[in-house]
Amino acid sequence: MSATPSLRSILIAPLIRQNPVTLQILGLCSALAVTTSMQTALTMCAALTAVLVMSAGLISVIRRHIPDTIRLIVQIVIVASLVIVIDQILQAYLFEISQKLSVFVSLITTNCLVLGRTESFSRHNPPLRSMVDALGNGLGYSLVLTVIGAIRELFGAGSLLGWQVLPTVEQGGWFTPLNLMLMAPSAFFLLGGLVWAIRSVLPEQVEELEYHSPDDPEASA
Amino acid sequence: MADLNPVTAWRRLLALPNESRTKTLAMAFLVALVCTLMVTGATVILRPIQTANRAAEQQARLEALISGVPGMSHLLAQDGGTLSTVVVELNRGAASNVTPATLASALEDPANWTALSAAQDLAGLGQRPKYAQVYFLRNVAGDLSLVLLPVSGAGYNGPINAIVALRADMNTIAGLAITGQSETPGLGGRVEEPAWLAQFPGKQVADASGAVRFAVARRGASSDYEVDGITGATRTSNAMTRIMRFWLGPDGYGPLIDAIQRGEF
Repeated sequence: MSATPSLRSILIAPLIRQNPVTLQILGLCSALAVTTSMQTALTMCAALTAVLVMSAGLISVIRRHIPDTIRLIVQIVIVASLVIVIDQILQAYLFEISQKLSVFVSLITTNCLVLGRTESFSRHNPPLRSMVDALGNGLGYSLVLTVIGAIRELFGAGSLLGWQVLPTVEQGGWFTPLNLMLMAPSAFFLLGGLVWAIRSVLPEQVEELEYHSPDDPEASA
Repeated sequence: MADLNPVTAWRRLLALPNESRTKTLAMAFLVALVCTLMVTGATVILRPIQTANRAAEQQARLEALISGVPGMSHLLAQDGGTLSTVVVELNRGAASNVTPATLASALEDPANWTALSAAQDLAGLGQRPKYAQVYFLRNVAGDLSLVLLPVSGAGYNGPINAIVALRADMNTIAGLAITGQSETPGLGGRVEEPAWLAQFPGKQVADASGAVRFAVARRGASSDYEVDGITGATRTSNAMTRIMRFWLGPDGYGPLIDAIQRGEF
């Protein structure tokens, strides 16, 4: 890493250039599961960003005193507790959405994105920088989820955030909803398409091939 | 070693190398303690709101169920108030300790079913559950305004399921909704027609002696206890009579109706 990048670049880098989902392919489970509608996607994003920022802050505060031997346990315990708190808050104040998100809020605990940021960044940086980095990563994750959620809801149900945009046949309109969009595979296709689109625009994100088949002329050349 | 000043003890702890066993244990303990406080705090503070949410959801589900039944939504809109679900023990006519959530599992136990003798079994059920889930509608003042009793029995082609709504006097019918039937379309199937069901509101169930008099008449209704029969569907009409007489009689909701009339609910 270059010497102390500015707060601004820490915040902006993870949005697209270092996007945790499309570049690092982290946190996919929830990205696939909760993007059937924008409402659930946005709630999940808010929950994940909140957990990410708070855990980054907490871990950064005690970073000099975390014994190496138990550092992962300490981080997981902090993350898990924050997740439970957020889950309880959702169940209290956003009950219907929390029913839809069901187990995925609890699964933020195991979201590699959270542990990835606390382990690689918060443990070595002061609280403010850690929290800005966490916010950037949370927003990067949110950006991808929002895009996928919007596409899936628009073509799967003809609506955006619950507002009917395309009148469906059932309601007397012309649009036949694509049921595939509401199923998990469509999230894979869309995410794949998104990764491809971003890497076409930013070729430096393309990874080296890890394996060349023996009869591949390019490899033997 | 006898320095018990907490501030210096704390400083000494922080100054220990991270790898020391004391500090590892202390950090593990402190992190666990702080996290425990966070989690317990959130759970305890938010629990009342969550409980209210769950209750509201159950209520909404019930209202959706009831308002999905034609005729009932109109009754509810007219009477207003709040709807509650109660599981009653039919023999005692009192609320049972079975909850709506555990009712399904309680009814899986054959011990909770009573076989009906041929003389008792007006509705052609064969056996009757010990518990039934009923709905009470209370007005703003908290008084019972409407009782919804699910009933069922054998029709001509298959079982007929319905919900009878009784006024608070437990003798005046407020309405009937058919929730399931497979009678002959156009004949017995007309039990579902709003025009036929519209006769029920205002009819009386039992006479002064307490005997259930309600009936679907052969021809035209001639008293407060009767509704018109359905032309060409004598068997269905009779089935409706027997279902109503069974469930509103002593082997059905009779004890509950008595208890409500005594003011026990």
